[in-house]
Amino acid sequence: MYLVCLHEVFFNFWIDKGVTNQVLENYFPILLFIVIGLVLGVSMIVIGFGLGKIMGHARPYKAKQSPYECGFEAFENARIKFDVRYYLVAILFIIFDLEIAFLFPWAVVLDEIGMAGFWAMMIFLAVLVVGFIYEWRKGALEWE
Amino acid sequence: MDLFENMEDIYLAIVLAPLLGSVIAGLFGKLIGRSGAHWVAIAGVGVSFVLSLLAYYHLFYNGGEVYNAAVYTWLNSGDLHFEIGFLIDQLSVTMMVVVTFVSWIIHIYTIGYMVDDPGYQRFFSYISLFTFAMLMLVMSNNFLQLFFGWEAVGLVSYLLIGFWYKREPAIFANLKAFLVNRVGDFGFLLGVAAVFMHFHSMDYIEVFEQAPALASVTVNIWGDESWSLMSVICICLFIGAMGKSAQVPLHVWLPDSMEGPTPISALIHAATMVTAGIFMVSRMSPLFELSETALNFILIIGATTAFFMGLLALVQNDIKRVIAYSTLSQLGYMTVALGASAYAAAMFHLVTHAFFKALLFLAAGAVIIAMHHQQDMRKYGGLYRYMPITWITCLVGSIALIGFPGTSGFYSKDAIIEAVHLSTLPAAGYAYVAVLSGVFITALYSFRLFFMTFHGQEKMDKQTWEHLHECPRVVTIPLLILAIPSLIIGAWFAGPMLFGDHFAGAIHVAEGHAVLLELGSHYHGEWYQIAWQFFVHAISHPTVILLAFSGVFTAWLLYIKFPTVPEKFANNLSMIHRLLVNKYGFDDFYQKVFAGGAKGIGRLFWQMGDVKLIDGLMVNGSALSVRWFSGKIRQIQSGYLYHYAFAMIVGLLLFLAVFVHKLI
Amino acid sequence: MISKAEILILMPEIFILTLACLILIVDTFSQDPLRRVTYYLSQLTLVLTAVLVIGFSPEQTVYAFGNSFISDGMSVVLKTGVFVISFFAFLYSHEYLKEHGWLKGEYFVLGLFAILGMMILISAYSLLTVYLGLELLSLSLYAMIAMHRESTTASEAAMKFFVLGAIASGMLLYGMSMIYGVTGSLELGTIATNIESNGDNPLLVFGLVFIMVGIAFKLGAVPFHMWIPDVYQGSPTCVTLFIASAPKLAAFAMAMRLLVDGLQPLLNDWQGMLIILSILSMATGNIIAISQTNIKRMLAYSTIAHVGFLLLGLLSGTPSGYAGSMFYIITYALMSMGAFGMIILLGRKGFEADELAHFKGLSERSPWFAFIMLILMFSMAGVPPFLGFWGKWFVLKEVVDAGFVWLAATAVFFSIIGAYYYIRVIKFMYFDKADSMTAIKASKQMRFALSVNGLALLILGLMPGALLAICVSVLSIAA
Repeated sequence: MYLVCLHEVFFNFWIDKGVTNQVLENYFPILLFIVIGLVLGVSMIVIGFGLGKIMGHARPYKAKQSPYECGFEAFENARIKFDVRYYLVAILFIIFDLEIAFLFPWAVVLDEIGMAGFWAMMIFLAVLVVGFIYEWRKGALEWE
Repeated sequence: MDLFENMEDIYLAIVLAPLLGSVIAGLFGKLIGRSGAHWVAIAGVGVSFVLSLLAYYHLFYNGGEVYNAAVYTWLNSGDLHFEIGFLIDQLSVTMMVVVTFVSWIIHIYTIGYMVDDPGYQRFFSYISLFTFAMLMLVMSNNFLQLFFGWEAVGLVSYLLIGFWYKREPAIFANLKAFLVNRVGDFGFLLGVAAVFMHFHSMDYIEVFEQAPALASVTVNIWGDESWSLMSVICICLFIGAMGKSAQVPLHVWLPDSMEGPTPISALIHAATMVTAGIFMVSRMSPLFELSETALNFILIIGATTAFFMGLLALVQNDIKRVIAYSTLSQLGYMTVALGASAYAAAMFHLVTHAFFKALLFLAAGAVIIAMHHQQDMRKYGGLYRYMPITWITCLVGSIALIGFPGTSGFYSKDAIIEAVHLSTLPAAGYAYVAVLSGVFITALYSFRLFFMTFHGQEKMDKQTWEHLHECPRVVTIPLLILAIPSLIIGAWFAGPMLFGDHFAGAIHVAEGHAVLLELGSHYHGEWYQIAWQFFVHAISHPTVILLAFSGVFTAWLLYIKFPTVPEKFANNLSMIHRLLVNKYGFDDFYQKVFAGGAKGIGRLFWQMGDVKLIDGLMVNGSALSVRWFSGKIRQIQSGYLYHYAFAMIVGLLLFLAVFVHKLI
Repeated sequence: MISKAEILILMPEIFILTLACLILIVDTFSQDPLRRVTYYLSQLTLVLTAVLVIGFSPEQTVYAFGNSFISDGMSVVLKTGVFVISFFAFLYSHEYLKEHGWLKGEYFVLGLFAILGMMILISAYSLLTVYLGLELLSLSLYAMIAMHRESTTASEAAMKFFVLGAIASGMLLYGMSMIYGVTGSLELGTIATNIESNGDNPLLVFGLVFIMVGIAFKLGAVPFHMWIPDVYQGSPTCVTLFIASAPKLAAFAMAMRLLVDGLQPLLNDWQGMLIILSILSMATGNIIAISQTNIKRMLAYSTIAHVGFLLLGLLSGTPSGYAGSMFYIITYALMSMGAFGMIILLGRKGFEADELAHFKGLSERSPWFAFIMLILMFSMAGVPPFLGFWGKWFVLKEVVDAGFVWLAATAVFFSIIGAYYYIRVIKFMYFDKADSMTAIKASKQMRFALSVNGLALLILGLMPGALLAICVSVLSIAA
């Protein structure tokens, strides 16, 4: 509701500039998105740095200061060997990610599909749990 | 009665019990040991025998129906149905009882005969397997199963002739039996094929029903000459019978088959398998009755076998070979009866012969055991002192064989002779003379054997003489058991089997050929009355009896009274003697012309055709070119993934081009 | 809504899925290097599922889940075949894995999932179910091949199979989408009636071609056969054994469902395609097999040749022709399993008896197993009275009845060429001297199972009537 009000305010502001500007009305959400993005981004950086300065201990070292902290050099040859365990984790992640992707639409229509839908999802989850137990027992979740 | 409700199960059990015994004794022989093997085999055949008796009782005394049905469909291919089925009628049930009884007795006898043999279990497995195969043959209701049984008994016979597979003559004999039987079987197979081609059925009853309609059909085999279909079929089938029942000129394997152990000589080569041909022709009587040509052919073959093979028995010195030639001669008698349309007489003689010939063989076997496997009769003599039971049973067998009044052989042989006498076929005259003179010959060789073995001077060596004694009971009891039917069964069954309705429905005789019916018009009453009338007839028309007695008398003169005379005969009539010793040259002729010729042609083809043309040019040539080609195109399979994917795409494009865009 | 009856129709599938999951978990708790619990549970699962399939076999054809799943005579027979064959395959595999020292429980679990895939494929009655079953089967197989991680050939084989399989799957899906686009249905029965009523549309044949590629790939028909030799040779023998036996039944079912149930109105088109595939397969398979020295690779080409024969029955387009093919594929699976079983039997730790030369002088080393191999080879070559002869005989008879006498003559010609390399194995066994006289080391179960396997070919060959009667009866009802 709040957004709609905001929209009305801006709209009224533009309206007496001319009829042609009505086209611009369609671009309003984009403008809104940019503005919110900017505000959020800037405020997060400010708050982050501010809080960090106030509360954190600063012990920088090389790896910590690199842009991405995931074990790789940021700028180097892309064709290198790296640990196969990354794939493992990535695959495991995808499995459970998809699980969530299924759960969302299911949750939305649950009241329409009834008990059959409920049990179908339970079976699906049970199968996933089997997979989960298996990977756990096999030690796929331990890095070392 | 409940027992007879499921006859099908009983019939199945009759067939399968010996098979089971055979399989157990054969495959698990080591496991169950020697006594285990004989018990299981004897039990299997025993069950079969008892159930056969039951089936016999059911059919004859319990008002049972003739059973004819398929129990298992092996294969359907188009309108060709390969089925396993049973036709249990008076004919087959009689055979079943005879086969299982004789087989059972011989199983028991074998315990004594084969006691020291290392192949004990194998032997029991084989003879049980034989019983199974013979029953399949006898109980069949279609040509295919008949052929199966026919080949299966042949196979077991082959295995058993070569049972002592380390003996050179045994191997030669079994190969010979196998090859000669192939000739007969080829004719038989042609006959079966002709039946299927023209009747479109393998089932006996269906074929028999259609037969009269096809009686005047003619076929062109080659050229424009037309042949009567029935004659072609019947002669082809009979050629099969000639092989199996050892009729001239396919008889040569039977004497050699004596290389096998004596129990199987008795079971297979005297009592049962060799009579399969006789049984088959009787079974096919509705077909044979439609062809006088075939009947004449049968008469000539049978008569020739009966007389000339009997003559050969006179010059043999091996005790088993004498009986083997006697078997040939007796099979000739049966065949003559078939030719004269006296099928019932043939079957009757088959039954009586099964008993007394098995008895003779087993008695010979007992002698052989006592003489430490010496088979030459010239080394025997005077054995009656040491082996009284064998002596008396052998005497019973011999008088049954020569047709001494009252014994079983008397009725069956007399019936055959009378039937031939009454037959109006052109060949009947020759056959009558042959069977009549055969009576004298039979008596002569039978008592030659008897006197040379049991009487006269003792000619065995000292060591054998010292150990001479009667055989153990397991050998003598079967002899005694077989002696009983050899004596009495003829009188009991002569009436019903020959003139009564014993084979009613199972055997078909055309009106003009009904010799037994004509003969039967002189005999009336219960079985004992008919038996008595036979007796009276034989006394009042004494030709046959006189011939038999003179044969015995001659034997006595030549081998007891003046034992030097036969040798003089042999020297003075050396031409004839040599002819007989050489068995009319059949063996040499076959050996040289067929075996030698086949080898020669084979060698020619082998060197010219096979080695050079086929092997060199065609087989190796084409194989080499295919291999070369193969080596080339295997390169397509390069191992590269993109080549593979490319091949798939090409295939896809090809299909699109051909089927969607219709480019081709 | 899903009714209870529908759940019952799927009972065997549900059961095997549950058990497979359970075994997967149980296996992770097992410390036993021989994985006895996993192995015996898997075998028990097979037996029980077979009991369920036969127990729940419907009197007449029934459908479930909105006609996407079918249970009919054909499905019951083929599934039973799959269980019997997989049972033997597991037994041989256990022996192999034990001997070669990389026994893993996952092998059996993956096997069970593959079997589940086969069951779904066999019972599929909608394009989606077909695809689902196919993928479940294929994915399990890829993993099974790659399971032996130290073996580079196995990895290569898995890679090739995976990539080519993905291409074929893609084509299959594309073809399915075409068919769906034209007919507006995924259900095979509806597709058939829609094509029947709406008549010609070039897109149908277009889709059919792509579907045919998928089927041909799964069966291994030329020119979509390229994966077979490399995969057969590269995979561990136990996996080859598995791939070469039961999945063939599923592939046959897939062809039946798609072509006969779904696209029967396009008979004229797919008949032509099958003729091309069949001739190419028989020619390529039989000719290239001759120059092979590796017996696994030789058997791979022999598979291709057999597939050519199998297609003969299908392309005749009659129920009895389909029955002939079904008979053929069952006999083929039995023979192939036995032949690979022999390779396992002769191998030992660190040694695969996969060269033809390893069969030299087998008759002296083990007369009995030389005899079993003789039965297997004669049966594959189609020598009567062994079972393989009847397969060829029935199929040829149907082709002749369908009016393709020239095709039957071609088939006979190529099978005569094919006889050469089968009989060469026999020659090696009986007429050549063995390189080494090492005794054959194998467990009692293995010996027994292999003997049963071989003798079955002889015994069934002597009485092929019953098996054929089953094939004919289930298919004459279906069609």
